[in-house]
Formats: sequence, C-alpha cells, structure tokens
Amino acid sequence: MLQQAFNGLVGGAFYALLALGLAVIFGMLGVVNFAHGAFYMLGAFGSYVLLDSFGVNFWIALVAVPVALGLAGTVLQRLFIRRLAPLDPLYNFLFTFGLALILQDLVKREYGVQSQPYPRPDLLAGTVDLGLFTYPAYQVFVLAVSVTLCLLVWLVLTRTRVGMIVRAATERPELTRALGIDVGRWVTPVFGFGIALAGLAGVLAAPMRAVNPLMGGDLIITVFAVVVIGGLGSIFGSVAAGFAIGLVSALGNLYVPALSQTLVFILMAAVLLWRPAGLFGREEALS
Amino acid sequence: MILSRLAARPPLLAAGLFLALALPWMIYPPVALDIACWALFAAALDLLLGFTGLLSFGHAAFWGTATYVSGLIALRAGLPFPVAVAGGALAAALLSVPIGYLSVRLRGIYFAMVTLAFAQMVYFVVNQWRDVTGGENGLQGVPRELFGLDLSDSFVFYYAGLPLILAGFLAVWRVVRSPFGRVLMSIRDNPARAQALGYPVQRYKLLAFVLSAGLSGLAGGLFALGHGFASLESVYWTTSGQVVMMVVLGGIGTLWGGVIGAGLVVALNDYLVTSGFDGIGIVTGTIFVLVVLVFRRGIWGTARDLVHARTGRRPDPGQGDASDGTPARPEGVGSPV
Repeated sequence: MLQQAFNGLVGGAFYALLALGLAVIFGMLGVVNFAHGAFYMLGAFGSYVLLDSFGVNFWIALVAVPVALGLAGTVLQRLFIRRLAPLDPLYNFLFTFGLALILQDLVKREYGVQSQPYPRPDLLAGTVDLGLFTYPAYQVFVLAVSVTLCLLVWLVLTRTRVGMIVRAATERPELTRALGIDVGRWVTPVFGFGIALAGLAGVLAAPMRAVNPLMGGDLIITVFAVVVIGGLGSIFGSVAAGFAIGLVSALGNLYVPALSQTLVFILMAAVLLWRPAGLFGREEALS
Repeated sequence: MILSRLAARPPLLAAGLFLALALPWMIYPPVALDIACWALFAAALDLLLGFTGLLSFGHAAFWGTATYVSGLIALRAGLPFPVAVAGGALAAALLSVPIGYLSVRLRGIYFAMVTLAFAQMVYFVVNQWRDVTGGENGLQGVPRELFGLDLSDSFVFYYAGLPLILAGFLAVWRVVRSPFGRVLMSIRDNPARAQALGYPVQRYKLLAFVLSAGLSGLAGGLFALGHGFASLESVYWTTSGQVVMMVVLGGIGTLWGGVIGAGLVVALNDYLVTSGFDGIGIVTGTIFVLVVLVFRRGIWGTARDLVHARTGRRPDPGQGDASDGTPARPEGVGSPV
C-alpha cells in the first residue's frame, strides 16, 4: 500500500507540473490552454526523436526540449494568443483546442498511433531502497524533479519581484496595472514558461509512459478536473490538488479498481457541490 | 401561431425544407443522414452557446449516451426505431440534469472546462462498462425497423428519420422565439439584470442545458440507428469539439448557421476519409483556428450582416448580437493584455 501511495505521488507529479503551467498561464493571461496536453506530448516526442534520430541522450533532452517548446510557446503567444486576448476568453480556448487537434494529428501522421519505446537513462535504470520497499530509481527522480520545480516556482513567486508581479497580476489584474506595473512585459515569458513546464513533463514521461500522439489529449482533461478541484486561479491549489489527486487515485485504484479512471471526476463533482469555486479558488468563477 | 410565424419567411423556409427533402438525392444517403443529425446537434448546442451564453464543451456526453441507449433499446428490446430514439433522447436529458446542476454554477471558461471533464467521465464509464457497451468494439448490428418495416436502406431511413429531425428543429426554433427564449437571451446579455428582474437565472440555465442535451440526444439516437452502430468516438472529446466548431463556423447565435456548419464539416470529413487522408484533425483544427482568428461571425452571421447592410434593416434582436464579432457575453475572467 505504501508503494501504491508512492505510485500515486509519482502520477501526481505529472498532474502537478501540468496544472502548475496551466495555472500560471491562466492567472497571467486569462487563457485556458487546451493545447497544454499537446505540448506535453510534443515534449515526449521531442526527446524520442532526439534520441532515435540524433542519438541525443535523456539529460540533454531534459533541458533542450523544454527550452525549445518554451520558445515556441512565446512565438505562439506573440502571434496568436495576444490577438485574441481582448475578446472573450472562450476564443482562446477554442483556438488552443484547434491547435491541439493540429499538433496531435501532425504527429499521428508522422509516427502512427503505436507507442514508441524510450529507454530509461542508464544512471536511473536501477532501483532505490527507500527503507520500507525498493522503488525504481527513475520514478524517484521524476518525483524529486517535480517537487523541486514546484518549490522553486513557489520561491520565485513569493520571494522575487517577478513573482510578486505575477501574483498581483493574477489576483487583481486591473489594480496591478493601475499601479503602473507593466504587466504586459511578463505575459509572454510566463506563457513560454508554462509551455516549457508541459514540455518538461513530457520528457519526464517518455521513459515511463507510452510515447504516442494521443498521450496528451486525455491527460489534459484530467488535469482540467484537477485544476477545478484545486481552484482555477489558485496556483498553490492547482499544485496541491495535483499531488493529492495522484495519491487519491492510486489508493482508490487499490481498493476500487473499477473507479480508477473516473474517481477524479467524481471528486470534481463532490468539490463542485461543496465548494463550487474549488478548494483554494476564489468566488469569481461563480455565476 | 407557430405556422403564421413560420410563414413570415416563406422563401427561406421553403428552400430549407426543399433542401432537407432533396438531400439524399444529391449526395450519398448515409452522408445526408449524417448532415441531418449533426445539423440538429449543432442547433441544439447553439441554443445553449448562442442563446444562453454557455459554451458546453461536453455535449459528446449527451449525443454519445443517446447513441448507446438508442442502440441498446433497438438491439436488446427490438423496439421500433422512434421509441429507441426517444429513449436515447430521454437518457441524454436525464444525464444532463446532474451534470447541468453542477456546471451552471460556474461561468464562462469554467463552465466549458467542467462540462468537458464530465463528458470525459462519461467516456471512461462507457469504455469500461464492456458488458453493456461493448467497450472498444461498441455496439454493432443495431436493427432499424418500424412495425415490421425494414428500414436498413439509408435512403429509406433518411425519410423515416427526417420528421424527428424537423421536429427537433421546430422545438429549438420555438424555444428561441418563446418568452422563455427571451429570458435566456437576457441571461446571456446581462445575468445580473435578469436576476434582479426576478428570474431564477440558474434554473433557466439548467432548463436550457437539459433541453439542449435532450435534443442532442435525439440527434445522437438517430445517428446511431441510421448507421446501425454506436462507437466510443461518439462520446469522445473530439465529438464535443466538432459540434462546437460547426456552430462557430456557421455563426454563434444564428441557429441556422450551425446547420450550414454541420453540412460543410460532414461533407469535408467524408471527402477526406474517402480520399484516404488520415489526418482529419489537421484540417479540422486549421478550420477551427482560422475561424476563431479571422472569421468569428461565422458564415450565417457574415451573410446576415451583409444583407442588413444592403437593405439598411436593423438586425433582428432575437437572432443574437454578433455584430462586433463576439457573441454578446459581457462576463469574462481576468483581463488579459
């Protein structure tokens, strides 16, 4: 059971990284990025292609792929997302939905729907003794990376000037602007950063999950549910819900296997019933 | 009364009816049936998106559930097809009550996300409940008959199903033109004021949601029987996206725009499939992106504005305000740059 809990935390690590990216993008730009799952998938495919065609190893991919995708994200924001920003946020949601379809099917046409293998890096091929049980080293690494990144982002958000601006712009956009802070300057980098996080999650997923074009589509909808549970607009809530949902789903899977895929949505329904704005959300979501 | 209003626009109405009747002569009958079903699905979604201001990104749940329920009724109970279709529509409406109850509390983009998530839950349930739904194989060999009359020919079935489709359209049209529809539009345009005037906004939204889901179910049930199968794809999120695209392409809040959007998208998909192109999402996604970026009023909306600009007539207020390229919906989250 402890081992299952650990599995859950590792699964939660992916939810948390994706939810974190979604939350900062939503907070700063007011955009719900449906293409987030597609960028996660591109992250996994990026590292697969680098290894398969160019012999570039996991460690380089771990840095290069997120950076490249992050840059692609900034271009995307500059070219398109920005134009739709003054309109109802639904338009950007529809735009990113269309983009997700394009990216997914482009990759599908190129590589088919079968899963591509990606070996674990040699350094992390073994297992680690965690005292009560041994556990694959790679999974421990994934969890460590995710937790470290989430903590780093938290430090940046709470301790630096940029973080202060991002938080202020997330919580009171008009007021922040009225105080003379150039929010616009930070919008593009934040969007790129969110995309980079999705790409990083994809690279991390490559050695332990099936690398295929459809890996992002279903996952992102689950992450939407996670973000609704945590409270959309709450960065902390999204990350916390990410880990918590990972844990709860894994334990749920242990006791009620039939619910393994639906549990997160049942939890979402319960949260909506009890606290419609999400566990850490603000009331602005309500109608 | 309804008839007198319908008669107010005889040329358009006659053209529409003629097209509906002539469609299976003009194109491959199964495709004609697809267009009819998707057109009703799009109109049902527009009732919610264009006239109530709620973007449901989870309507595959209702369309898809109806395909399975109708299919099962015809397959297991062997009941005539209108009963099976009605059962599917009823099941979709029932399913929409809890989903709608939880979702209408949220606004704008939140509503879209939550409906999308609930639809995904329905998808997983259908996928896992193999004994009933057939899992990845879906339901196959669903019979279509009416009092012993064999309707397995698509050409014949089109005409058998058409009255149900037209009844669905009449219902949407009637709702939009009714006092109830006016309240929905006032909620879309200014929910706070509608509330202040004493309308129970949440209850109206829920009712619109259930109506929209039931009509989507009607379309889905006919779709399943018309093809003789129900498949997982019909409950998948791409189906929700596809119907939204039809409405946006045709013009949000125009009702008939969705019909045009459905016709174009179904015909295009059919063309792509028959020509062996295996990246439909690339084309669909590109249309989606282009429409959102540069053609937000949609086909019907653009055409209507052109006509009005020529004749100098003011747009009909009942047809939704899409004049500035956005559906009239003042609420929004954040205020992005």
